[in-house]
Amino acid sequence: MTIVKHELRQGRTALIIWTASIGFLMAICLFLFPEMKSQMEEVNEMFASMGSFTAAFGMDRLSFGTLTGFFSIECGNILGLGGAFFASLCAVGILSKEEKDKTAEFLLTHPVSRIRVITEKLIAVFLQITILNLIIYGLSLGCIVAIGEELPFKEITLFHIAYYLLQLELCGICFGISAFMRKNTAGVGIGIAVLMYFLNLVANITESAEFLKYATPFAYCEGADIVEAGKLDIKLIAIGLVLCLLGIVLAYVKYTKKDIH
Amino acid sequence: MDAIRTTKLTKYYGKSRGITDLDLRVEEGEFFGYIGPNGAGKSTTVRTLLGLINATSGEAKIFNKDIVKDRKEILSDIGYLPSEAIFHAGMKVKDVLRFSAELRGKNCRTSAAELSERLQLETNRKVEELSFGNRKKVAIVCALQHDPRLLILDEPTGGLDPLMQKEFFDILRERNAVGTTVFLSSHVLSEIQHNCSRAAIIREGRIIACDKVEALARTNAKRVSLVGELNPEGAASCAGIRDLNLGKDSASFLFSGDMRDLIELLAISRIRDLSVSEPELEEVFLHYYEKEA
Repeated sequence: MTIVKHELRQGRTALIIWTASIGFLMAICLFLFPEMKSQMEEVNEMFASMGSFTAAFGMDRLSFGTLTGFFSIECGNILGLGGAFFASLCAVGILSKEEKDKTAEFLLTHPVSRIRVITEKLIAVFLQITILNLIIYGLSLGCIVAIGEELPFKEITLFHIAYYLLQLELCGICFGISAFMRKNTAGVGIGIAVLMYFLNLVANITESAEFLKYATPFAYCEGADIVEAGKLDIKLIAIGLVLCLLGIVLAYVKYTKKDIH
Repeated sequence: MDAIRTTKLTKYYGKSRGITDLDLRVEEGEFFGYIGPNGAGKSTTVRTLLGLINATSGEAKIFNKDIVKDRKEILSDIGYLPSEAIFHAGMKVKDVLRFSAELRGKNCRTSAAELSERLQLETNRKVEELSFGNRKKVAIVCALQHDPRLLILDEPTGGLDPLMQKEFFDILRERNAVGTTVFLSSHVLSEIQHNCSRAAIIREGRIIACDKVEALARTNAKRVSLVGELNPEGAASCAGIRDLNLGKDSASFLFSGDMRDLIELLAISRIRDLSVSEPELEEVFLHYYEKEA
């Protein structure tokens, strides 16, 4: 577990900054909720009358006036995008950075198998994502209690699980990409996260593009669906899981044979 | 036993050549030099032996173990000093040394402290704050602290001041004396001449000569450059002058004859400034080109 420890130390600052940023934004949003609620009539009307924009964010089916609706739209976007960026960036850089920073020569001339390097790096990314999500989850629950709202524990927990799974899926895909890359990985990581996010928006807007739902993990994070069904969409999650595993397998296949420069 | 043995080892990067049909044999306990100009394939050889890159064809064994199948085992016997010493940012020197030891599953604190002391390495500083030479020292400690059976050194002295170079080679000779095999890849001829017992010369991916260093060095000329006027008759009658370039007020030539002849020639010439230096590596290679042609 030497490399896991090493990676966690290397990634500590980034983890703290991302966790703090996402947590701070979510806390602000939640603390704004009581005030928003009192002006809900107007807000709801405004948001409900933006046509396809409304649909894109699922606001046609959720009310801004309820905590679950508000949480899934506002906090969902913060945690959804923020978490997706963090997971993608983390995973897409974890293998490639050794070659980019020219530290691969140092690391890989030690008696550790490539498989062990890949495995420990994967564990490190997994742990970082898990730590971020646990802290944000705790913070969400704490903030809701703090603003004196009744806690919709099941919905909030389902939201968080969905976003956690989304991050794991992106992590797996980006990890696979990481094995192939040598530089400029940050752009690719952000690009994938943004692409997935917009695929879901498009899928929400037009029915003819609904098939896109199967391609993006944001689909199973849709607050309205989760609230309506009272559970997560296992079919979409299973597809995501397969993509995630494919990425990981690809990373092993590629990186164990790769010429390191 | 052979410390290193390669058989028709070949590496192509796509279509461009790395090394071709390399047959190399280094016995255990040798201090072996590996000379060649930039781009000749020195680093490719080293990186293939270390398993960083995969050979296109051929095979290589280190201590009779296959570099592909037994990569992990082999690496635990090797100390590698890369030409560019780069470490993970944010780490202190002592963290790097400990990380390296932990990756080897060893506790090397005593020998790390000893080596750091000898090389005057401050272990509390962050690696990214270190100069090129000091980073090199960190790499040296990493390569030596676990007491490897085989040391692979790629251009080891770049960035080290002369005193440190001396200390470094002292350490290498001590290790070699107790049985450590040293494989020294370099383009600095004098390093190889002063330390190695045998050496191989690589050019354009192929080994063109492999022999005892004295045998290789015998063919070795000196580059003589002077400001002033070289006595023309003396120069014409002096054996061992090659590649003579006469300028208006200067002269330069390669000399590989009897040193007394050279001194006599210089004595009868009017010279204001003089330098006698190791020839450029290319010039030494000229000799091998000639032999081949």
